[in-house]
Formats: sequence, C-alpha cells, structure tokens
Amino acid sequence: MTDQDRTITQDELHAYVDGELPGERLAAIEAWLAAHPEDAALVATWRNQAELIRARFGAISNEALPERLSLTRLAQSRRRSVAVIATAAVLAAFVVGGIVGWMARGAEAATRSDLDLFTADAIEAYRLYAVEVRHPVEVPGDQRPHLVEWLSKRLGLQLRAPDLDKIGLKLVGGRLLPGPTGPSAFFMYEGPSGERFTLYCGRTADRETALRYTAGDQNGAYYWVDQNLAYVLSGPAEREKLYTIAQAAYDQIDTRTPPRGG
Amino acid sequence: MSEFRGRIEAAIPALRRYARALTRDTETADDIVQDTLVRALRSEHLFQGGDVRAWLYTILTNLNRNRLRTLSRRPSISPIKDGDASTSGPESGGRDIGRALDELAEDQRSALLLVVLEGLTYREVAEIQGVPIGTIMSRLARARMQIKAYLDGERPALRRVK
Repeated sequence: MTDQDRTITQDELHAYVDGELPGERLAAIEAWLAAHPEDAALVATWRNQAELIRARFGAISNEALPERLSLTRLAQSRRRSVAVIATAAVLAAFVVGGIVGWMARGAEAATRSDLDLFTADAIEAYRLYAVEVRHPVEVPGDQRPHLVEWLSKRLGLQLRAPDLDKIGLKLVGGRLLPGPTGPSAFFMYEGPSGERFTLYCGRTADRETALRYTAGDQNGAYYWVDQNLAYVLSGPAEREKLYTIAQAAYDQIDTRTPPRGG
Repeated sequence: MSEFRGRIEAAIPALRRYARALTRDTETADDIVQDTLVRALRSEHLFQGGDVRAWLYTILTNLNRNRLRTLSRRPSISPIKDGDASTSGPESGGRDIGRALDELAEDQRSALLLVVLEGLTYREVAEIQGVPIGTIMSRLARARMQIKAYLDGERPALRRVK
C-alpha cells in the first residue's frame, strides 16, 4: 500500500467506472489502479459488462417506433376521455363523508375484531388490484356518479369519497368486493408516477375509533371507523405518505371545525 | 405540440431501449412504454416542472415492478424472453449478458441499466427508485458481482440478500 492518499473503496471504483467520481480523486484512483492489478482487473470487468449491455441493447433506440407508441395518436385517443377526468376532478366527493372528525377522536377502544378483518381484506384487495395494469377496477373513474350510486346502493349507505387531486392522486375507479360484513366498496387512486392507494369501506357495528396504522412487509394501511362505516386506506408501507393522504381527505371533506387536542 | 409533449416524445426511443432490456421481450416492453406514455399524458397538468425524462423512467420502473409482482403470484405465467440466447451467438463462453441480467433481482437490474445503458447519474437513479444513493451503489455492486460470477461460469446464484 504505497498510496499517497487513502485507501480506495469499492464504491469509489464503481463511481470511477460510471464517471461519478469527483475530479480531485481521479489521480489517486489511477495511481491506485496502477499499483493494484486486482482492482484494475475488476474495473476492466465492469467496463466490459457495460460494453456488452450497450452493444446488446443500445441500438433499440434507433428502431422505428410502432404506431401504437405514437404520442400524437395516444394524445388523440386521450382527448375523448379528458372531459371525463375534468369531471372526476370536480365531482370527487365520495367515499369519505364519514371521515369527518376521525382525526381527533379519542382513543376509545372499539372491538378490534371487525377492524382486523376489514384491514386484512382491504390489504389483500390492495395487493390484488393495485398491480393490475389493464383491469384495476370494474367501473372507471370517468363514470364517477354511476360508480358512487351503484356502490352506495349495494352497501345501503350513502358513500362519499375524497378528492385527492390536490395531492396529485387521481381516481382510477372502483369495485364492489365481498367484505367481512357484506358488500364492500373499493376505490383506487393513482399518483403521477403510477403509485397506487386504495380506500376500502364497508358497514360495521363497531364503535368509532381513532386512526390506526398497521404495516406488513411492503404495504401499510390506516384504518378507522366512523358513522357505521369502516375505512381502510392502503398503499405502499410509507407511513408519512399514507398519513398525508388521510389528512388530505380529512381536510378536504371536513365541514366542521376539527376538534383539536381532544 | 407543447414543450412538455415534445420532451416526452424525445424520450420514447430511450424508454423502449430501457424497457426492452428490463423485460427482454419486445411486446411486453412496448406495452409498458405505451402505458407509461398514457399515464404521462394523463398527468400532464400535475407535472410541476423538472426533468421529464427522469419522471418517465420513474413511471416505467414502477409499472415494471408492478408487473413482476403480478407475475410472481401467478406461477403458471412466465415472461416470454427474446429468443436471444438461442438465436444470437453465445458471448462469454455460452453465457450471455441478457441471461446474466435475467438472473438479477429487479432493483439491481433496473439500477444497472439506468446507469450503464441510459446514462443517468446515481442521484437520478436514487430518485427514480426512491432510495438513498448508498442503496443504489450497493445495488450496482451486487449486480456487477453477480454478472461477473454468471459470465465466469459459476452456477447462477440465488438472489442473495447481503
């Protein structure tokens, strides 16, 4: 180890190969590689891998685009549904009428049984449908009035839903699902990068509860009960993000002054 | 055409390249690119400036991750690969780079391709994958180590979590 500076780390070797190394370290790296043939061989191997990858796939970007990837065409087929999306953004008032006031509910203990069942079903439904590319919902978000009316009828309660547009979440649509207490409503929202969140709700006899968080390996959920409806908001296990969504739903729908500190 | 759409359009060939390398199937890749474009157009009004290209890579990466999760729950459906290994000449002693990529965990494959094939910076890739830069570097390191082992002829390693 005759290096003037300090030991070169593997991370620096990768950064060197990828052109990410700060200029002032270049000389040190090159001196190191000259003195350490094993590391030099590693660098050569990685560069060779990159060459193989570029040789193999690089030319794809020169291929003529298929018609279905024409942006003009995709935009035209979209224009028809744009009116619908605008409507959805305005209409957005559905599922979470009952959400009002949950934020500051006392920690009165409800029977956990229904909630546990709801949460399990809701997360399962999230896992099942959030990954669907082509058929995530039964009724798309562009038929919002119909969707809400239909699900309300099936649940026997007037449903409402938050408009999550302001935090970048669009309504994808909804489904009717079997639930622990009968039919359940399932609404899916989607963010600009394709990340999805779902709101699952069904009737419950449980008492109202405060917001509770539960998480598995990859998915998390906030659940609560309000006015005979149990709600479960599910998504990737990012607690802050899920909370933000719940908060947004609450702020938007709330027409009462939220009790603070209670 | 708006500037926004112009920037999307300019990115399509690169998106196809990335998607093809990720999925190794032309139809699947174009499906995902198409879906990426539809989502981008749909979210046009939500886009708050910034790098359109990185945003498109983010959508595509998420879509592919979703697709793989679906496939993993349906073992009877397996992705159809390009006929590469059987039709193109063997590289590196019968094991080729395409197959080596197939052996990688999805996040490693995606990180390596974004850096090496798409020329994105570590910082951009970290934002696309939603993890710290250090995680990107360890994904790259593992990917490169595993590709080397594969091309050197070792048994394909199980996806190791170190």
